[in-house]
Amino acid sequence: MEKTTTGTVAAGTDVGYDLDIVKMFFTATVVWALVGMLVGVIIALQLAWWPANLGLPWTTFGRLRPLHTNAVIFAFGGNVVFTGIYHSTQRLLRTRMFSDTLSRVHFWGWQSIIVLAAVTLPLGMTQSKEYAELIWPIDVLITVVWVVFGVNFFGTLARRKVQHLYVAIWFYMSFVITIAVLHIVNSLAVPATWFRSYPVYSGLTDALVQWWYGHNAVGFFLTTPFLGLMYYYLPRAAERPVYSYRLSIIHFWALVFLYIWAGPHHLLYSALPDWAQTLGMVFSVMLIAPSWGGMLNGLLTLRGAWDRVRTDPILKFMVVAVSFYGMSTFEGPMMSIRAVNGLAHYTNWVIGHVHSGALGWVGMISFGMLYWMVQNIWKRPLAHPTWASHHFWLATIGIVLYTVSMWAAGLMEGLQWRALNDAGQLANPIFVDITARLNPFLWIRLLGGAMYLTGAVMMAVNFWQTIRGPERPAAEPVPVAAD
Amino acid sequence: MSNDQSQSEKAYGRLHRRLFEGKAAIFAIATTVAISVGGVVEIIPMFSTSSLSWERAGWVTPYAPLEVAGRDIYIREGCYLCHSQMVRPMRAEMLRYGEWTRAAEYQYDRPFLLGSRRLGPDLQRVGQKYPDAWHYEHMRDPRATSPGSVMPTYPWLHRDKIDPADVTASMAALAKLGTPYTTTEEGAVTARLRSDGQMIVDNLAQAGITAAWDDEIVALIAYLQRLGVEGRQHLATQGGGQ
Repeated sequence: MEKTTTGTVAAGTDVGYDLDIVKMFFTATVVWALVGMLVGVIIALQLAWWPANLGLPWTTFGRLRPLHTNAVIFAFGGNVVFTGIYHSTQRLLRTRMFSDTLSRVHFWGWQSIIVLAAVTLPLGMTQSKEYAELIWPIDVLITVVWVVFGVNFFGTLARRKVQHLYVAIWFYMSFVITIAVLHIVNSLAVPATWFRSYPVYSGLTDALVQWWYGHNAVGFFLTTPFLGLMYYYLPRAAERPVYSYRLSIIHFWALVFLYIWAGPHHLLYSALPDWAQTLGMVFSVMLIAPSWGGMLNGLLTLRGAWDRVRTDPILKFMVVAVSFYGMSTFEGPMMSIRAVNGLAHYTNWVIGHVHSGALGWVGMISFGMLYWMVQNIWKRPLAHPTWASHHFWLATIGIVLYTVSMWAAGLMEGLQWRALNDAGQLANPIFVDITARLNPFLWIRLLGGAMYLTGAVMMAVNFWQTIRGPERPAAEPVPVAAD
Repeated sequence: MSNDQSQSEKAYGRLHRRLFEGKAAIFAIATTVAISVGGVVEIIPMFSTSSLSWERAGWVTPYAPLEVAGRDIYIREGCYLCHSQMVRPMRAEMLRYGEWTRAAEYQYDRPFLLGSRRLGPDLQRVGQKYPDAWHYEHMRDPRATSPGSVMPTYPWLHRDKIDPADVTASMAALAKLGTPYTTTEEGAVTARLRSDGQMIVDNLAQAGITAAWDDEIVALIAYLQRLGVEGRQHLATQGGGQ
């Protein structure tokens, strides 16, 4: 444990911290997780069975898919990250958040952004840039709320009672800073009406800026803050210190430096200048190293605690999460290689890849943290401990069904699009015939997604009954050395 | 961890700790620098004078008012989520769709609509491939024109109307960004919407379909029917290549 200046808050207790804000974000996380995943299951059904589009403007796939991605990334992912940051930052810096008011403005501001997104997207109000669809007035609101969060976060750093910044805090910092830069640069636009605007960039430059944003939304919204959560909650749950401090330094700096270059791998084989495409590909391949640095640091933290992985659902969730992180950060660089991308691009393989990261890494590390947190913040044992295990298996099998079916579908369509017959003509000249052959895989994917959602529903019910149950006057778990 | 290892960890970490970990502001600045380099190197050159020409060419014209309206509908309905607009320079793609897409063909695209998924075919060269009536029927019932399609139906496009004032606002914003429109005056825009729309209405009438110039479907057809056409014509005269 680091030397600390004498704080008003004793180590290992929650006295003096703002836990209400953590509980608020926690609750929002669970609610939005269910909403976002439910919309995902609905649009998966629409692809397998088109009448599920209902013939109404507000319910077609084209309007609901952005709702799904925004809900799971920014509503579920955002709230879960804020839950962890507001909790662990106070613990790590041994101080209350800078301002309770700013915390609440951040909370309600973020929830209102989500509600506005849920209203505008089905109405067809969109800027069309993936994960940056929200119309410009909401973009302005996001900027304001993000500044509030930034002031609150850095204000807390400024009044910390520990000098040393633990590795989780580094990752949180990179999250706060980079998302601000990405959001502002990618959202620059000239409004035409209150609901519509046109970006200041055009054509392929616009595409390049968007994928610089889009890929780093994955990198700095769905990776670095979640690595921060891993660095705090995995050691806490395993009651083991982080494996290597040195590795955390190297992989942190390598990750934040390399990630930002990778965007152009979304534009391989486009008319974007070759040098930019190649930079995107090369840096994507290099990203394996820092990504696996993080994975190894997580997994090796469990050395000496592997026996508990068999019995503790929290550790099960976390181990599978870190393993999926390793797997999808191997797959991503592979798919960024030009020749592989030529086959994979525009196919379901990409959808499978995204979901091995989203369901496997982001979802599972979040579930692990939430199960740990509900018992430690509300100080109650789980109402249904066995349900947590059932949730784990439903989610794990669901992910496997999802990713394997999407790999198969993606490879099949990629190969059939390009297949030529002996005469050198297209072997499958009718495009829709290839899409029709995907149907069985789309049903399997739907089943996988539905299992994942079912697990999340069990988690929500479990949490609800846990929180309403009797308080447990148990001692806090032993605090684990920061490094 | 052995003692040796932790000793080396301490030595290694001392510098990092002294430089960054005790000083949040310096850590934040260093992080900002680290995350900025890649974006600066990749994006800024796209705006340099010599680079600007890579996506500019005189053989591409800006979207006409009705096409702007149609493009806004294409965006509103999320068509780009299942249809890409990028023919890649590969044999199978060129057999299926035509010439691969040149950068200049996107020069008036705000926002870009390359897409990230092909649940349906690429549309970058769909212009003039089918008659207007085909698109009209396709949006009403995709399976009537493409048996086995999983596309939703879009019956409201055949009912709802475009608003000339709204299109004018879009034109004005695009002009502000540098799209070379000669006029963004509402009367002129409306007249052009009406005359361009009437041509499609006449085409549809030949197929026995009754439509009005300000039907949303007419605007969408106008947009789809121009996609990739100028590029195809230009590249045909050039015999392909750059």
